[in-house]
Amino acid sequence: MISEDALALDPLIVGAILAMALVTAATKVGGFWFLRRIEVSERLEAGLAVLPGAIVIAILGPELAGGGPAEWGGAGVVLLVMWRTENILLSLCGGVGAVVLFRTLL
Amino acid sequence: METDGSDGDRGHGGRAGKPADEQAGERPTTAGAAGREAVTFEWDGIRAGFFTCLPIALGVGGYGVAFGVLARRAGLSVAEATLMSATVLAGAAQIVAVELWADPLPVATIVLATLAINLRYSLMGAALGPWLDELSSIRSYGSLLLMADENWALTMRELTSGSGRGGFLFGTGIAIWVFWVASTIVGATAGGAIGDPARYGIDFVLAAVFVALAVELWEGRSTLVPWLVALSTAIVAAAVVPGQWYILLGGFAAAAVEVIRYDQ
Repeated sequence: MISEDALALDPLIVGAILAMALVTAATKVGGFWFLRRIEVSERLEAGLAVLPGAIVIAILGPELAGGGPAEWGGAGVVLLVMWRTENILLSLCGGVGAVVLFRTLL
Repeated sequence: METDGSDGDRGHGGRAGKPADEQAGERPTTAGAAGREAVTFEWDGIRAGFFTCLPIALGVGGYGVAFGVLARRAGLSVAEATLMSATVLAGAAQIVAVELWADPLPVATIVLATLAINLRYSLMGAALGPWLDELSSIRSYGSLLLMADENWALTMRELTSGSGRGGFLFGTGIAIWVFWVASTIVGATAGGAIGDPARYGIDFVLAAVFVALAVELWEGRSTLVPWLVALSTAIVAAAVVPGQWYILLGGFAAAAVEVIRYDQ
């Protein structure tokens, strides 16, 4: 049952969505655009080299700190399976399965 | 930074089952192509990215359904929710935006929140720079537009392994985009019939991806200091600063500490 309401496009809302899209596109290409225009010293390069891991940890830390024993247990399962098998799909399935299990048990 | 010693560490930390010559690509931001495969943009890489990302795109679809439901509740039409997913393609920012949705529409607040949440993409795109730099502008910028947390993580993993498959980001991005848009339509159309996504552990997929990636990115003891700096900065910032600034602050703090202690 698709009502005509479902297909409505309000000009103000479409404008807001397109503004969000523009800002997001600028953030996605901005860092790369800036970096290829400056001379990168070895010192700066060393700093950039730690960025990927640091960002991963910065996203993960507060998220896990805000979770509970079920999430910590699930993260532990992912860590263990990934460390042992190097298989991302296996790690994800194990972790998500563990979280669901821990949530019903704990 | 313990330059000589860490190279040895990397050799030991190298993943089993990969040929030794791929280890040369493990220093991620070394400028130029010296010592690693040239970065190409070929059908093979795009397809590999697409299929590697499929199981994760399925998880992203879980968020997409949740977003569709939330957007509908906030008063967006199915068409508007779908348009947002197709053009913005940024899960956290979209979910925050529909939470801010009100009448009259606070456009400036929504756009500013989108900027703050998505600034981390600039750092993530910069981290892909050494590889994307070898591709043409249309390919590198086009791929970056399809970048999201999940496929950035997969692409970092692929490119630090030294495969040189520059089309990987684009392939993963297509998988993410298709599932994100389709699941938004499902969520917005089906409304509240889904219930709580936490029941299926879908809310944990993103955290799980990042734990797996952390295992991949660990390079031995040289990684410990920047990671502890990132962790402590992010946890303090998440408690003190509103929004998602903690991701940027954590990343910047770790990079800054690394730059300072470079020749010590």
